[in-house]
Amino acid sequence: MSEAARDARPETFPHAAPAAIANAQLRRNIHRATTSIRARRAGVVAEVPDWQELRDAGAAIKDAALWRLDEALVQLESAVVRAGGAVHWARDAAEANDIVTALVCAEGVGEVVKVKSLATDEIRLNEALEAAGVTPVETDLAELIVQLAGERPSHLLVPAIHKNRVEIRDLFRDQLGLPGLSDDPGELAEAARLHLRAAFLRARVAISGANFAVAQTGTVCVVESEGNGRMCTTLPEVLITVMGIEKVIPEWRDLGVLLQLLPRSSTGERMNPYTSLWTGVREGDGPRSFHLVLLDAGRTRVLADRVGRDALRCIRCSACINVCPVYRQTGGHAYHTPYAGPIGAILAPQLEGEQGSAGSLPFASSLCGACYDVCPVKIDIPSILVHERAKQVRRERAGIEGLSLRRLGRVLASRASYERAQRLARRLQRPVVRDGWLTRFPPGPLAAWGRSRDLPAVPDQTFREWWESRDRS
Amino acid sequence: MIDRVGLFVTCLADTLYPEVGQATVTVLERLGLEVIFPLEQTCCGQMHLNSGYPDEARALAERFVEIFEPFDAVVSPSGSCVALVREHYAGLLEGADRGVPGRTWELSQLLVDVLGVEDVGSGFEGTVTYHPTCHSLRLLRVGDAPLRLLRAVPGVELVELPDAEECCGFGGTFAVKNADVSGAMLDEKLSSVLATGAEVVCACDASCLMHIGGGLHRRGAAVRPLHLAEILAS
Repeated sequence: MSEAARDARPETFPHAAPAAIANAQLRRNIHRATTSIRARRAGVVAEVPDWQELRDAGAAIKDAALWRLDEALVQLESAVVRAGGAVHWARDAAEANDIVTALVCAEGVGEVVKVKSLATDEIRLNEALEAAGVTPVETDLAELIVQLAGERPSHLLVPAIHKNRVEIRDLFRDQLGLPGLSDDPGELAEAARLHLRAAFLRARVAISGANFAVAQTGTVCVVESEGNGRMCTTLPEVLITVMGIEKVIPEWRDLGVLLQLLPRSSTGERMNPYTSLWTGVREGDGPRSFHLVLLDAGRTRVLADRVGRDALRCIRCSACINVCPVYRQTGGHAYHTPYAGPIGAILAPQLEGEQGSAGSLPFASSLCGACYDVCPVKIDIPSILVHERAKQVRRERAGIEGLSLRRLGRVLASRASYERAQRLARRLQRPVVRDGWLTRFPPGPLAAWGRSRDLPAVPDQTFREWWESRDRS
Repeated sequence: MIDRVGLFVTCLADTLYPEVGQATVTVLERLGLEVIFPLEQTCCGQMHLNSGYPDEARALAERFVEIFEPFDAVVSPSGSCVALVREHYAGLLEGADRGVPGRTWELSQLLVDVLGVEDVGSGFEGTVTYHPTCHSLRLLRVGDAPLRLLRAVPGVELVELPDAEECCGFGGTFAVKNADVSGAMLDEKLSSVLATGAEVVCACDASCLMHIGGGLHRRGAAVRPLHLAEILAS
């Protein structure tokens, strides 16, 4: 790797975290937002008597599509084509961006409207469009805020979770040319609404992602809360949908399960305000042409991993993010991927593969298991985190950590060496123990511990020494 | 009917918290059980598995099942070590676990769910707040077994811990690999503990207590971290 390429790699999670933790405003916003959304989710989940069975059904539906993904995608393609749409296959981000950019440029437009889409964040489509002289306008309110600020989303579902309304007022005053704007939420929403309404009416091309696509019928589904998605999928003449190949589901009736799981898990609503479903094109109704771009970008590699593949079940609800105590301290930016939180920590390193820079993410978890409990499609995130850690360790070979853990493994492999190590620790600590505690540490892992914690000293008698003395008496 | 148990004390309690092991022995013997401590035992392999070293963990798991195979019941005062044995040994050992995981119990589980005992004849006095550790809560699903044991102690006044189910931030090597995030999580847990005004913070895992206790000591707080076994043994 060249020097420049190494510099361009995003910093690791442990390096990015302190700045986020030091940002009190950020932590307060995230704390407030995740606390309220957790409570809402818990409330609407508790009122579904067969929630656990629904989770099982959701997992089974996603698995059914993933285990025959090749067939499901071809079935989807022919259904979309039959309904008058076009299907494009993209191996990676660059191919997807080229396809979309070419489609947009062929329409001769300088601007497109966009529905919030993680897949297009993942491939950095906006940058590709801008490079081709096309301005993408994000139409989800929070996504618009993030775009106007020149930032990246910090949460799957609430992309501007890190900003408060004074910050948003200043941004709108500056970027939308509204110097007299107040920070009243109604007034802020109205300003965005007027700005976006003009863009909707101008737009000839729209770009969306997809929450689900039904192989059986060729129907694509987008769920959202603001109606901007409905505008994008119905008003413009041309609609381009970029979707990860794992979003395909087998049958129409599967939506009956997934559309119960998704809103309750994500926004904590019984049903989301807007569910748009469309099948190809229809004369005189909606777009005159529809393009579906199927994106691989690492997904088939994930599918080949017997443990890691369950991550492809994800329906992007963000429940795991909202309960994650690590995310709660840092927000999403420290992850340096559109998929933050627990799901990002298992998905990003897998999608990026060996060459990726997300290797520190599987370690950004205390393995508390809260994510697994709330996952609507039962992804065992902690087990996949552990699996990804092992992959990362194998990849990096032995650093100091590897050497010491392997050494420790050998120490623990026999009673004699283990007891020797206990006695050695007791001897080595002697100069620094104060009242049974270690409070100052040498550089290394112990110093990291010692930044916010003391450590009890090895006592004069270990348990086994006590047991043996008791046995003798 | 269980009348003899093998004690897996955990490497952490053996080395740093002998009083937790001693208390476990006291409680079990008070109930008339014969306790055996096989001296060959070292570590269950949790740290290695969770840190990405499954081969080292597997070797330790093999030792564990060999050492504890002779026992009809194995007990340990650690929710996370027992969770590893019960939830992950079968996969790690590809089924060659000799049935040991199914006979291995966390202390409160053994007492309440297996032996059907809640009152163990303890005489502890004080206000106690209980932190349900993540692995006993979400992996082992010990539920309210520890609380039922605490409620049966006449002198214990239980004070509810705010946001009790939030992780304390320990997570094994997570605490050093992501020390800043871990420390921020600990700060929140300590604030909750201090807000209760309790004299004692109690849990079923010496590792979480080492983290919480290490934080309390650093801040000079007077709250005592005690393992459930220590309260039950008094």
